[in-house]
Amino acid sequence: MEKETLISVNQLSRFYGQQRAIENVSFDVYRGEILGFLGPNGAGKSTTMQIISGILAANHGSVKIAGHDIYDEPKAAKQHIGFLSEQPPLYTDLTVDEYLIYSGKLRGITKAELNDAVKISKQRCGLEKSGSRLINNLSKGYKQRLGIAQAIIHSPSVIILDEPTSGLDPIQIHEIRDLMKELAEVHSVILSTHILSEVQSLCDRVLIINHGNIVLDQLLQQLQGNQKIESIVIGLKYPPKLDDLLTIDGVIGAESVGETLLKLCFAEGVDATDAIVNKAAQESWGLYSLSQDDSSLESVFMKLTYGEELTQTEEGSME
Amino acid sequence: MKPVLLIAGNELRQMFKSPLAWVILAVVQFLLAMFFYLLLSQYMHPAAGSLGLTDSVVNGMYQIAGIVMLLVSPLMTMRLLTEERRQGTIKLLFSSPITMTEIILGKYLGILSFYALMLVMITLMPASLLFGTTLDIGQIAAALIGLFLLMAAFAAIGLFISTVTNQPATAAIATFGVLFVLWIINAAGTNAAEGMAAVFAYLSLLTHYNNLLGGAFNSTDVIFYCLVSVFFIVLSIWKLDAERTHG
Repeated sequence: MEKETLISVNQLSRFYGQQRAIENVSFDVYRGEILGFLGPNGAGKSTTMQIISGILAANHGSVKIAGHDIYDEPKAAKQHIGFLSEQPPLYTDLTVDEYLIYSGKLRGITKAELNDAVKISKQRCGLEKSGSRLINNLSKGYKQRLGIAQAIIHSPSVIILDEPTSGLDPIQIHEIRDLMKELAEVHSVILSTHILSEVQSLCDRVLIINHGNIVLDQLLQQLQGNQKIESIVIGLKYPPKLDDLLTIDGVIGAESVGETLLKLCFAEGVDATDAIVNKAAQESWGLYSLSQDDSSLESVFMKLTYGEELTQTEEGSME
Repeated sequence: MKPVLLIAGNELRQMFKSPLAWVILAVVQFLLAMFFYLLLSQYMHPAAGSLGLTDSVVNGMYQIAGIVMLLVSPLMTMRLLTEERRQGTIKLLFSSPITMTEIILGKYLGILSFYALMLVMITLMPASLLFGTTLDIGQIAAALIGLFLLMAAFAAIGLFISTVTNQPATAAIATFGVLFVLWIINAAGTNAAEGMAAVFAYLSLLTHYNNLLGGAFNSTDVIFYCLVSVFFIVLSIWKLDAERTHG
């Protein structure tokens, strides 16, 4: 089945004065996809998202939302966009209901559908009981939920969320993740975040941006599939000497990463997990935990962003 | 048109949710009531050759109303767009299917509606005189139109300045400065050559207001205020549009 392209970003560049924010950014997002947008601070994540939503204009390039160009047909294109900025765009003097009704109307929801739309989006974001509360009195997490509620109220095909889970407690984060998965079944979602695990548990595709350029655009499956298991972390109640661990076939490195946690590196192309477990049982080391050193995304992220920065600062200090 | 009304409605609601609008309505009403009373008691003890009721009391009050509005209008317009920016709600507007023109017109219509309400409340005072005497309704109508046009020009200038800065206080002070200069600019012409004096007098918001207060409904004066308002509204729209490209 041909996938439907909902967002098509083509050769975007944007400058703030002389400073380049993003350059030649191109990517597509398909229906039913959750795209994770990663990058260090100031990499151009927010700029890109704001250009896609029509808040900023690009110096070069084009953005198409569901087939409508955001500059040539802004009204038609923006009908399909739900945007949550980093700071939720809330009128603090209004109540939750008043605010949602207003933002619904702004997005062109008809009177007949408005009540249902408000009800559904409140329900989805867990705001059923807060309808008559003043926004000013809401906690940060609830403000964030309301920000998401206004972004999905008109059930847009494209939902753009700039750090949607910041300020939420773990349970709320979990709920919001479920909500996003649910939304992505019929819409497409772009979200930016600093939290790598969030991308891992939620997104279909990862986009890493650094210094205004896209440095990685890959399906998460591929990214994890490519990564060979190179090491595991085990927890032993009665850890032996590190040298003893090296006697296990296929283990070429061992280091202590905590009081009873050990990181074991495998020889290339060898998965020595079974051997380690057998040995631990034989010798009664008290194996209580075993986990893959799951840092594939993190290591890619570090390599692509901070790795470059490190070499740059070294160069800088040379000058 | 619908988004314009929507934004105007929200603007009004925001105003009345904050104490500022109520306080301004109350203070303006109180100040003008005081002047109204003073003018009226002066009229009750006439000196030789004094003016009629409409000219002295009603016009006197509208004259002062113009000055009070000069002071108050910057406070009402200062938060029109600065507040949207500070709260980040401008992003909600920008990412919604509405145009810059609709945003600006909505804001303008919102503040104009508030001013219209204020005008009605002010006018209740001279209207109360109708119970006891007759007034020159035509002259009062001209004065009313004059004051409304004056406030409309104040609002347009204030709206534009609120698009330029992020700080409400800065917007208020800057607006006050601009309004004040435009108010007294005819004074700059007193020592200038005749041609320049006419230009300064034409630019003054006060000269045109005085014409209308006198009951002379001159289309030049009306067009002047309309031009000022339209000019600053167009500038506001341009500024908002430019913000996306350069901001």
